[in-house]
Amino acid sequence: MQTKASPSGSAALPVAAAELTSVSRVYGTFAALRNVSASFSAGSCTVILGENGAGKSTLLRVLAGLISPTRGSVSIFGDSPQKNRGRIAYMSHAPMLYEELTALENLTYFASLHRDDQCACVGSPEMALRAVGLDPALTRTVSQYSQGMRQRASLARVLQTDPEVLLLDEPFSNLDVASAHQMVELLADFRTWPHHSGHARTILLTTHQAHLAEPLAETTLTMLNGQIANTKHRTSEPAA
Amino acid sequence: MKYLRFVLDHLRKDLRLEWRGRDAINGMLFFALLVVAIFSLAFDPTGYPTTTRQISGGVLWVAILFSSVTALNQAWTREIRNQVLDAQRMAPSPASSLFLGKALANLIFVLCVEAILAPIFIIFYNLHPLGNAWLFLLVMPLGTWALVVNGTFFAALGLRARNRELLLPLLLFPVSLPAILAMVQAASGILTNDIDAIQINLWIKQLAAYDIIFTTLCILLFETILHAE
Repeated sequence: MQTKASPSGSAALPVAAAELTSVSRVYGTFAALRNVSASFSAGSCTVILGENGAGKSTLLRVLAGLISPTRGSVSIFGDSPQKNRGRIAYMSHAPMLYEELTALENLTYFASLHRDDQCACVGSPEMALRAVGLDPALTRTVSQYSQGMRQRASLARVLQTDPEVLLLDEPFSNLDVASAHQMVELLADFRTWPHHSGHARTILLTTHQAHLAEPLAETTLTMLNGQIANTKHRTSEPAA
Repeated sequence: MKYLRFVLDHLRKDLRLEWRGRDAINGMLFFALLVVAIFSLAFDPTGYPTTTRQISGGVLWVAILFSSVTALNQAWTREIRNQVLDAQRMAPSPASSLFLGKALANLIFVLCVEAILAPIFIIFYNLHPLGNAWLFLLVMPLGTWALVVNGTFFAALGLRARNRELLLPLLLFPVSLPAILAMVQAASGILTNDIDAIQINLWIKQLAAYDIIFTTLCILLFETILHAE
């Protein structure tokens, strides 16, 4: 099944921030993605739903350039994800932070790796931590954080790199309802932050808690058995 | 300059992580001391000073080699935990800077262990070098770098392997043979003064050439290893 996920639904499609063309990803005998085609326009926000093993995480990892498709092609702003590393940020189930360092040390370190990219991230770890509701002066190492705090620190890590394409895998897991709502507000706010490239920010997130992501969901994709089974735009009725 | 800054950022991070955990240095030190102590019990170093001098170069490198493998096996563990390696793979900084930073950190860890091990080794084996002792200042860092640069690389190569602890020595030891030969011969030569200075210099040059070749190869190939699936 081929799906075009464009939030506007208008005739003139905006610039595609991310595009998958007939992408399949096979692990041994298991096909995590089956011939998936989708286009995510710049500035759109797409929520991907689906059961465990439906292929949501694989889809994000393919877009992030962390795994290559077995068949088909992936592009970010018309080029391979590997050539756009500074423009994409990916938040996984795992916090992707060093346990032995504090959140600020982690963020400062990762910000330094983006120094080459002319991004405004250097010097902003404190701001990013405050934005997610964490105290930058906290001297506890990440190993002593609760799951929710790790999740927020992880979000701060991706936000501080000032990405144009933000890929979030289950960002609301381990968060209480209030924190999840705060995260949704923050992400909605993040979309309005201007980017130096002039591109609008694109968000793709997977979740099991569709009701939490509702305010963000311009487009909702439902995945089933490695395929996009359903596409729903906010202004239109779900496709059959 | 930017590249160097990335290397230093990675190095600083690894030093900080080790300072907090002290996993690598403690493990290495314990293992190295154990090897030195066991060998000293196997024969009487004071009764056979000539034999001791002849074999002590080999014993020293055996202790360093085996103990450094324990640390090198752990070199990438922190990167795998919490999928930090994925964050590294997505960073726009050059992949080889991550490798160099980690190799330099490992070099510092092993040199720290050597600094503690050396006086203990000298006391246990009742040693005093008969050759130019200052040449140790060249042999030790060059030899250690040869082990560490390949060890860091092969540890990364085995990251996704199921038996990575077993894989590292299997790959590292054969590849390091020319370096190990040069290290042991140069160290024994300095301790015994049995071979002339020119020959010791040749072993040191061989070690330096080995280091340059393998450092270049590892830097060039690391990005492929890092992004391999």
